[in-house]
Amino acid sequence: MRTCLVVDDSRVIRKVARRILEDVGYEIAEAADGMEALAWCRAAMPDAILLDWNMPVMTGIEFLRRLRAEPGGDAPVVVFCTVENDPVHIKEALEAGANEYVMKPFDGDIIVEKFAEAGL
Amino acid sequence: MAVSLTRARAGLRLAPEKTYFIESRLAPVARREGFESVSDLLAAIRARRDEALIWAAVEALAAGETCFFRDRTPFVLFKTELAPQLAAARRGRSVRIWSAACATGQEIYSLAMLADELAMEDPELQIELAASDLSGLALERAQSGLYDQFEIQRGLPIRRLVRYFEKVDDHWRICPEVRRRVRWRRINLVAGLKAIGRFDVVFCRYVLSSMTEEAQRKVAQELAGVLAEDGFLVLGLKESVAGLGEAFQPVVGRPGLYRRNPAFRAAAA
Repeated sequence: MRTCLVVDDSRVIRKVARRILEDVGYEIAEAADGMEALAWCRAAMPDAILLDWNMPVMTGIEFLRRLRAEPGGDAPVVVFCTVENDPVHIKEALEAGANEYVMKPFDGDIIVEKFAEAGL
Repeated sequence: MAVSLTRARAGLRLAPEKTYFIESRLAPVARREGFESVSDLLAAIRARRDEALIWAAVEALAAGETCFFRDRTPFVLFKTELAPQLAAARRGRSVRIWSAACATGQEIYSLAMLADELAMEDPELQIELAASDLSGLALERAQSGLYDQFEIQRGLPIRRLVRYFEKVDDHWRICPEVRRRVRWRRINLVAGLKAIGRFDVVFCRYVLSSMTEEAQRKVAQELAGVLAEDGFLVLGLKESVAGLGEAFQPVVGRPGLYRRNPAFRAAAA
């Protein structure tokens, strides 16, 4: 089964994302900030990561840069999912190695389509 | 009455029992035109036969779903096979594309982005783009090139968003270079397609299958008439259309893609 790590400091968003992604066959793990997410990845690299930007302890963009520098860290497909919706943030995310980008608010179709777009 | 009007004006098949659908589509029209309710709107249409009002209702009932790069495969096919193949055959002349029911423009702008990408790779490859719709309101929206955050995330890869759109307040607008590639016209497919020119590829997806059988036959034949002999018709992936086989042949292994039937060419000449 494909695995997806959902990284967001909002429990509600994690729950919504979990439901959407479980419906299309993912096994879900959750992390509340970048540091927790990094620990997850070091234990077992997921196939995909749905990643919030603004989080306490470690932001999404910082996590992404550190992830891509880890051994095997280039493998997971990373889809940002954030309220940041200006071209500057989007370009920064792509340069840091994001594969796709979802702007909140989102719905189930957008998440599923973006995952498909990212090759999942 | 809404059903019969939509049938008469746009050739669209609308099940009378779909009252919720009719109600939800006509409610905004009723509000916009200053009526208390949908039944008041329909009563006014019945009493006055006001063309503008009739069309406002028909347009609202005819509007379909759309998104950028809908179904994906037809666009991959267009970029990797149809456009290069037709460009080679045209030897320097433009390849002409028509989005025949362009709604709010996502389909034609998807093709326009691909045309831009193809021109980057091969500046000789010229593509002309035309788009039409039954609805004046949809055409206006399409021409504005403005999409809200939900629309812009439907089917559009993030790299193309960054490359081809600019952010305007809460919306995203297609860049002028891509928008300028498209010629717009208001065309009701069932009203006849005389004098609209010749096209090499016609995208006409998820429209014919919602028409009456009679309208399907008529429009399919007329589409064959505007298509170049070596051109392609692109329908929805699993669309079935009455009388299609007379004018078109499916391209094997390419769902939704059709060529002209050579036998029909003789009949049309």
